[in-house]
Amino acid sequence: MIRLLLLLCTLAAPVWAVEPSEMLDDPVLEARSRTLSEGLRCPICRNESIDESHASLSKDLRIILRERLVEGDTDAEAVDYMVQRYGEFILLNPQVTGVNWLLWGAGPMMLLAALGIGATAIRKRGLATQEGLSDDEEARLKEILRD
Amino acid sequence: MLFTLKLRYTFHMLNELAHFALILALGVALIQMILPMIGAATGRRSWMAVAEPAATTQVVLVSFSFGVLMWAFIQSDFSLAIVYNNSHTAKPLIYKISGVWGNHEGSMLLWVYILTIFGASAAWFGGGLPEKLRARVLSVQASISVAFYLFILLTSNPFARLAVPPLNGLDLNPLLQDPGLAFHPPFLYLGYVGLSMSFSFAVAALIEGRVDAAWARWVRPWTLAAWMFLTVGIALGSWWAYYELGWGGFWFWDPVENASFMPWLIAAALLHSAIVVEKREALKSWTVLLAILAFGFSLLGTFIVRSGVLTSVHAFANDPERGVFILIILGVFTGGALTLYAARAGALEAKGIFGAVSRESGLVLNNILLAVSAFVVFVGTIWPLVAELTFGRTLSVGPPFFDAAFTPFMVALALALPLGSMLSWKRGTLGKVWSRLWPFAILALALGCLAYAMQSGRSALGPIGAALGAWTVMGALVDLWQRAGRGDIIGRLGRLTRLSGADWGKAAAHIGLGITVFGVAGITAWQQEDIRVANLNERFDVGSYSFEIEDVSQIEGPNYLTTMGEVSVTQGVRDITTLYPEKRFYPVAQMPTTEAAILNGVLRDLYVVIGDAQSGGGYTMRVYIKPFANWIWGGAMLMALGGFLSLTDRRLRMAAGAAKPKVKAAKPVNA
Repeated sequence: MIRLLLLLCTLAAPVWAVEPSEMLDDPVLEARSRTLSEGLRCPICRNESIDESHASLSKDLRIILRERLVEGDTDAEAVDYMVQRYGEFILLNPQVTGVNWLLWGAGPMMLLAALGIGATAIRKRGLATQEGLSDDEEARLKEILRD
Repeated sequence: MLFTLKLRYTFHMLNELAHFALILALGVALIQMILPMIGAATGRRSWMAVAEPAATTQVVLVSFSFGVLMWAFIQSDFSLAIVYNNSHTAKPLIYKISGVWGNHEGSMLLWVYILTIFGASAAWFGGGLPEKLRARVLSVQASISVAFYLFILLTSNPFARLAVPPLNGLDLNPLLQDPGLAFHPPFLYLGYVGLSMSFSFAVAALIEGRVDAAWARWVRPWTLAAWMFLTVGIALGSWWAYYELGWGGFWFWDPVENASFMPWLIAAALLHSAIVVEKREALKSWTVLLAILAFGFSLLGTFIVRSGVLTSVHAFANDPERGVFILIILGVFTGGALTLYAARAGALEAKGIFGAVSRESGLVLNNILLAVSAFVVFVGTIWPLVAELTFGRTLSVGPPFFDAAFTPFMVALALALPLGSMLSWKRGTLGKVWSRLWPFAILALALGCLAYAMQSGRSALGPIGAALGAWTVMGALVDLWQRAGRGDIIGRLGRLTRLSGADWGKAAAHIGLGITVFGVAGITAWQQEDIRVANLNERFDVGSYSFEIEDVSQIEGPNYLTTMGEVSVTQGVRDITTLYPEKRFYPVAQMPTTEAAILNGVLRDLYVVIGDAQSGGGYTMRVYIKPFANWIWGGAMLMALGGFLSLTDRRLRMAAGAAKPKVKAAKPVNA
């Protein structure tokens, strides 16, 4: 069920992601293109990178990406090339620009807020805990009394 | 001939009766929703007493309905649209059965079936509950049933008919014809729906305005059970993806996966905070809020999966009926409960007080980390939708975001876990805990350094995962040892066997978490991949292993054709095994699938996939060495086992049934 739809869109294509014929001979360039293609989304699939996608469009994009790298593009330039043609939709790693600050900041901000609220609540209540013994102290007391 | 006709007529009748049973169940649920609630408010015992037989009746009616649907699948009754669309006479029996929930309508029927079973369990085994609380819980539970009966009857009728029954069906998607996936949905639903019980208890408590230790003891088993089932369900789905999708990925941060992961995280937080309520009568309103949120996320998950809204906004707009309906259910239940919470949470007075360094604070930290990480997953999952609808930006949020934004919380959680779980209640000292743990911290660090020194790359991921995993596991073991008390080894071992189910459950679940953390880091950091065109009888090396395709043959399966490779694997001069990777084709569905051949091992899996024949001879081959793969699911199973062990704890059992007479005597019906 999980990836059903995702695989449905691969029906027409052969069941393969990166194929040997696409791969570059230069291992450094090939490794770079693998890393980059893991971060680029297959535009017609469901939440799948072009690296793992079986769609024929993904294959074309993998080849284009490798061509850019062979021609001497830096990683950033090659990715920009893709974004210019397919929009930021193609980036699996959302850019940290504009409203996306909300996306990236959501976790840290929420964590700070939660820690703040938690700490204040505990401290406010903690003031009252000076009375009485904790479990540790009771255990210690018993030990002393036993001796 | 006459007999067949008669039989066919009976089937007809059965299907209509099953449909009618659902309508009746809706009526019964309406009664169960209204009468006990009024009865509890006005003190009419006879009205409250309606809840139990009503809950039982619901189970009977829906069992019948579900049974008939299953029978229709087994008999391949193609007069039912969903049987025609999702089954085929040639399909193996087990997949005819799992086909019942391998589609929208059937899976919703399973959802509501489990819902009624949980509701009835509360009626059957909830004898120890105060009468009014029980009536209210069952009433809230029935209101959820009502919503889902309406959803099924109005938008997703599983008993919809075809005027002219076709001779054969369209078959179930071949990817779903798999033992791992056959039982993935039922487990997930047991989890999703189990959280409805925690929700009902939370709402009932808000209506009563009272939450105490007893309430927490009643809520905890349901939450534990739901969390345990979710763990198994998620692990099954992940395991299936690993061996079925052909490259060994085990988690994709897909919206549908996130849909089950969010309630899992919140449920994990809830079952920890319920401990604080039970033992210390603190964190009451927070626990109630978590119970509401946990089920809210379950509903959200159902919405995400069933509406397809996150797959594509446009798909949703084309067929909005079902999605909008679930959205309304989500809004009414979560919104309603949160409103009630806002109005009544103030009435839940905390009794227990605790210091800044205490077990309670440790559990608060656990809750913060789990809840915030669930929030991160939530924001990441819905962000593409929000960005497109609100800001007109069409973008994607994929694994790189979740890896970066979610992982730090898990690192913090694993770091804090051994320390927090050994602090004493009320007021503890970190120094005391540290004095027991520091040797193991150093050991874990050393293990991380060793892993760093031994690996070929410079990635820190593997070593960090190894150190964290070891730290968590050793922390849990030290905790267990500590609980065995003082004295010599024999005495301690003796006391270990007498520790409570909850103690063992805690240890198992925490060890499981450590093992999963280690497995995830290990496979991600240290996996080796090899993609090539391999010729017959030509050896090639991957890592320390050699592979050779010895033969490729065409074979006919029960409902598919397969191209099967025979790949021998050796290491040095030693024969390891022969693997048989397949590439299958299902003619009815016109769909190819890859069946990877996997040699499972404790330290590594060998994962071999065969592809198309090449024009120049040979076949494309993918070979992976996946270190510690099984630790991921092994750890998950240990976590689930931990949940189970905690469930067997005597204290929870007493809350469920054994304490019945005592509680009744102690708490007579007041007003």
